[in-house]
Amino acid sequence: MAGYTKTNITPPRWLLAELTYACPLQCPYCANPIDYAKHDSEISTEDWKRVLTQARKMGAVQLGLSGGEPLVRKDLTEIVKHARDLGYYSNLITSGYGLTEEKIVQLKEAGLDHIQVSIQASSQELNDHIAGTTSFEHKKQVAHLVKKHGYPMVLCVVIHRENIHQMADILAMAEALGADYLELANTQYYGWAHANRDLLLPTKEQFEEAEKIAQAFKETVAGKMKIYYVVPDFHEDRPKACMNGWGTTFLTIAPDGVALPCHSARDLPNLDCPNVNDVSISEIWNDSKAFNFFRGDDWMQEPCRSCDEKEKDFGGCRCQAYLLAGDMYATDPVCSKSPNHYVIDEAIESARNAALAENEKPLIFRNSKNSKLLSN
Amino acid sequence: MTLNPDLPIQFSRTHRLQWEEAQQKNVILYPEGMVELNASSAEILKLCDGTRTITQIVSDLEEKFATQGLFNDINAFLEVALQNGWIHQN
Ligand code: SF4
Ligand code: SF4
Repeated sequence: MAGYTKTNITPPRWLLAELTYACPLQCPYCANPIDYAKHDSEISTEDWKRVLTQARKMGAVQLGLSGGEPLVRKDLTEIVKHARDLGYYSNLITSGYGLTEEKIVQLKEAGLDHIQVSIQASSQELNDHIAGTTSFEHKKQVAHLVKKHGYPMVLCVVIHRENIHQMADILAMAEALGADYLELANTQYYGWAHANRDLLLPTKEQFEEAEKIAQAFKETVAGKMKIYYVVPDFHEDRPKACMNGWGTTFLTIAPDGVALPCHSARDLPNLDCPNVNDVSISEIWNDSKAFNFFRGDDWMQEPCRSCDEKEKDFGGCRCQAYLLAGDMYATDPVCSKSPNHYVIDEAIESARNAALAENEKPLIFRNSKNSKLLSN
Repeated sequence: MTLNPDLPIQFSRTHRLQWEEAQQKNVILYPEGMVELNASSAEILKLCDGTRTITQIVSDLEEKFATQGLFNDINAFLEVALQNGWIHQN
């Protein structure tokens, strides 16, 4: 962080508002922190409005309303209305659970731009199993209603070993539902997904097979449906350019008002992430320790420091380095140049063994009981 | 998909064209994404209001900027816009 001059701080473009950690679903790959049940306070409607106003003034234009399940917040419509008045493009990222036609219309009138509905699988049985809740038929209904009321319809399916074999059916389902965009998000192994990795991480062959099917399909729907394919970084030899660079683009605000450079950052030690109830967004973005921590490249170790690809991937993901190499300054172990790259091979091997084992251990579902158990 | 010269052009209902003060630029916003526009692209898209064909857009802009010979540039840009789903016809 030393030597990073303020003149090269770019303004935030994306505000990710995690409105609540409450959620009626229990996805075992949920990106919320394992100990979310400990952070159960929520900032007020007025706090959210102030955050939106301040971030917009700095240049944020895309707004993600997520959670948990954002529909749980009673003031969602009011927040959406405020966002529209400020000129945000607002994206509601929802499981669809509890979303009625009345609410869809109300949100549209308030100025919501887009609704992204997540579906866990292409069959009722598997969807309801993974979600830990009966929700499949309702989700399909919601997808229809979203489309009917003139929103661009974005379907999101998180891909892992339990559903990767359904790739062809998932694509057919997206087409039948009339999705304008399909996000095929290969699981990223943080939070709950990290805890369940042996049960979720597909084999390399499964990835390649699924990717082939998705690529072929992409061509047949060109011009009708856009497909975003979030790559599975465990099977790559370079890490992703995490968050497009630390503190360059994304600003996440957690339900309790803690400001995070990435949604997993509250798991990193000694970042002292600031709270919107204590400081303004501009102080958070420009001056806080957390947001300056991994800006630029002065913090890098070898092999990243002298690597000619560091402008491209910024050394990968800090949370992944911390989780897998035990050092948040280390090169992301996904990189084949990392001395810790072997942990990725071990993880893949361990997941393969778990897949072959006679009796797989059960998935740990994301709920408050498990959260408390795991974070003690 | 190519542009039909006889049909009016309409900016997409599921995208938003907007001036961004912080960037001093017009942008197109869509689900989870944004494209920054240069000044001339923005001028063209603002005329895609569902009443004008390409011929009318060209003549309006040639008049506004007191110039000639804009057809090829405008046509090329609108083809790209159509491929990207920013505009449609019918
Ligand atoms: S991933 Fe599943 S459990 Fe987690 S917030 Fe989203 S819907 Fe809820
Ligand atoms: S060594 Fe670091 S900077 Fe170089 S490619 Fe690997 S992660 Fe990226």
